Amino acid sequence: MLKVENVVCRYGRIEVLHGVSLEVGAGEIVSLIGSNGAGKTTLMRVISGILPMTGGRIVFDDEEIDRLPAHLRVVRGIAQVPEARQVFAPLSVNDNLLLGGFRRRAADVPRELDRVYALFPALAEKRGIAAGNLSGGQQQMLAMGRALMSGPRLLLLDEPSMGLAPVLVDQILDTVVALRKAGVTVLLVEQNVNAALAIADRAYVIETGRIVLSGPSATLADDPRVREAYLGL
Amino acid sequence: MMRRFFDSPYAVVLVLAIVVAVLPLLLPSLFYLRVAALICIFALVVVGLNLLIGFAGQVSLGHAGFFGIGAYAVAIGPTHLGIPPWLALILGAIAAGVVAFLVGRPILRLRGHYLAVATLGMGLLFAMVFANESAWTGGPDGMPVPRLVLFGWRMSGPWTWYWIAGVTLVIGAWIAANVIASPTGRALRAIHDSETAAQVLGIDVARYKLIAFVLSAVYAAVAGAYLAMFDGLVTPEASGFLRSIEFVTMAVLGGLGSTLGGIVGAALLVLLPQLLTVFHDYEHIALGLVMIVVMIFVPAGIVPSLANLLGWRKS
Repeated sequence: MLKVENVVCRYGRIEVLHGVSLEVGAGEIVSLIGSNGAGKTTLMRVISGILPMTGGRIVFDDEEIDRLPAHLRVVRGIAQVPEARQVFAPLSVNDNLLLGGFRRRAADVPRELDRVYALFPALAEKRGIAAGNLSGGQQQMLAMGRALMSGPRLLLLDEPSMGLAPVLVDQILDTVVALRKAGVTVLLVEQNVNAALAIADRAYVIETGRIVLSGPSATLADDPRVREAYLGL
Repeated sequence: MMRRFFDSPYAVVLVLAIVVAVLPLLLPSLFYLRVAALICIFALVVVGLNLLIGFAGQVSLGHAGFFGIGAYAVAIGPTHLGIPPWLALILGAIAAGVVAFLVGRPILRLRGHYLAVATLGMGLLFAMVFANESAWTGGPDGMPVPRLVLFGWRMSGPWTWYWIAGVTLVIGAWIAANVIASPTGRALRAIHDSETAAQVLGIDVARYKLIAFVLSAVYAAVAGAYLAMFDGLVTPEASGFLRSIEFVTMAVLGGLGSTLGGIVGAALLVLLPQLLTVFHDYEHIALGLVMIVVMIFVPAGIVPSLANLLGWRKS
C-alpha cells in the first residue's frame, strides 16, 4: 500500500534521513522504532507531506505522491496523528472533529462523527468543551478521532503513548488494534518498544537516519541487539 | 441565556443593527453624527481585518494600502477616466481584491514577524505611489473627490453618510459572521492555532490564508472609498503607515477574534482624540496612556475581557 524508497531529507544543510526505505502492506500494523533523534518523526512528516524531501520516492497505492501537497495526500487516504497531539486547544472537541472531516462530503460527516464518538465515548461527553481543557489521554483520543474523520486508509500514528499513564497507553493501543480490524492500515512510531512490538505485525528499527533492522515483530523482540538497545534486557 | 445569545456570531449583527438604527435619535448634533459615521467607516476596516488577524492569525501592517486603493479609485476614476463614482467604488474594491490576491500568494508564505514586515513594505509602497504619481493622484497634496450620485441624489453631509456607512457596516458584520460560522471560519481558526495540524487534516493552508487576506483587503478598500467620498478629498496619508498601525491597534484594543470587539476598538480610537482635546497639548500622551493601560489590564482586548467578566462566555 505504501512504499517508501530511498528517501533523503535534510533540515537546512544537515541531512537527517540518508536513504530510508520501508513498506507497509494493506491491513498491516507496522512499527517504526528508534531512539530520540533517529528520524522517526521526520519520516512521518515526509510521508504526510508537511516536510519536503530531497531525494527518493513515496508511492501510495501505485501512485507517486511525493510531489503532492499535504492536503491532497489527505484526500488520497493518508491521515497523520501528529506528535504531541496538536489538538486545536481553543476550539471545542466537536469543532476539532469537524475539522478532521474537512475534506469529506458534508453528507458523510455526521455518520463519521457518530462513529468516532462511538469509538471514544469519553469524547462524546465532552463535545462542547475546549480541547485544551481535556486530559492528556482524552487529547490523544481526540487527535486520533480527528484523523479518523477524514476516513483514512493509512493512519500515521506518531508517539501516541507520549506522556500517558500506563492504563491509557494500553487503552490507546487496544484502539489501534480495533482500527486495524475495521480495515485501517497503521504505521506506528513508538518509543515504548515493548508495546509497539506487541501489537505490530512487522517493525523497522531506525538509527541516525538509516533503517538498521527489520522483520516480523516476534523476531525483532528476540533479537539480541534490539533487546539490549531498546528493551533494556 | 445571555451566554447562549452572545456565543452566536449573528447575535452581534442583530445588536449592531439595532444600535446603528437607534443611535442617530440620541445624538444631539451633526458633529456627533459625523463622528458616528467615521466610526462606522473605520469599524468596517477592522471587521475585515479581524478575519485575517483575529481568526487566521496573520498580522498585516499594510492594510492602509488597500484603504488607499479604494480611496484613490473614487478620486481617479471619475476625474481622469470619466467613470461614475458608484462604479469607481466597485472597481476599486475589485482592484484591491486582485492586488491582495497577487501580493498575498507570495507573502503569506511568511510567518509572524516576517509577514508583518512584508505587509509593512507593501503598505509603504502604495503610499509612495500615491504620493509620487502626481499627474494621476495630485501628489502629496492629494486630490478632490467628486460627490457620489445615486439615482439622481447627491450623497453628501453627515446624515447621508452615517446611513450609508452604518448599513454597510451591518452588512459587513453579517458577511463576517457567515464566514466565521462556516467551515472556512473553522479552517481559519485551525490555521491560527497550528498550521501543521491544519495541514495534516487536509486544509489547504495557503488558500485559506489568501481568502482571509483578500476579503479583508476588500473591506478596507470599500471603507477607504467611503471616507474619501465623505471628506471630498483624498491625500496619501489615507494609505500611510500610521493608518495601518491605527487599524491594527483598533483590532487589538477592542479584542482580536471578536467582531464586536473590532467595532468597539474603532469607536474608541475615533472618539478618544475628540474627548482628549480637553488635555490640549498633551492629547497624544493621554491617548498613548489609555492604550498602555488597556493592554496591561485587559490584554485580551476590551470586549472579550468584558464578556468573560460578565460570564457570557465559557473558558
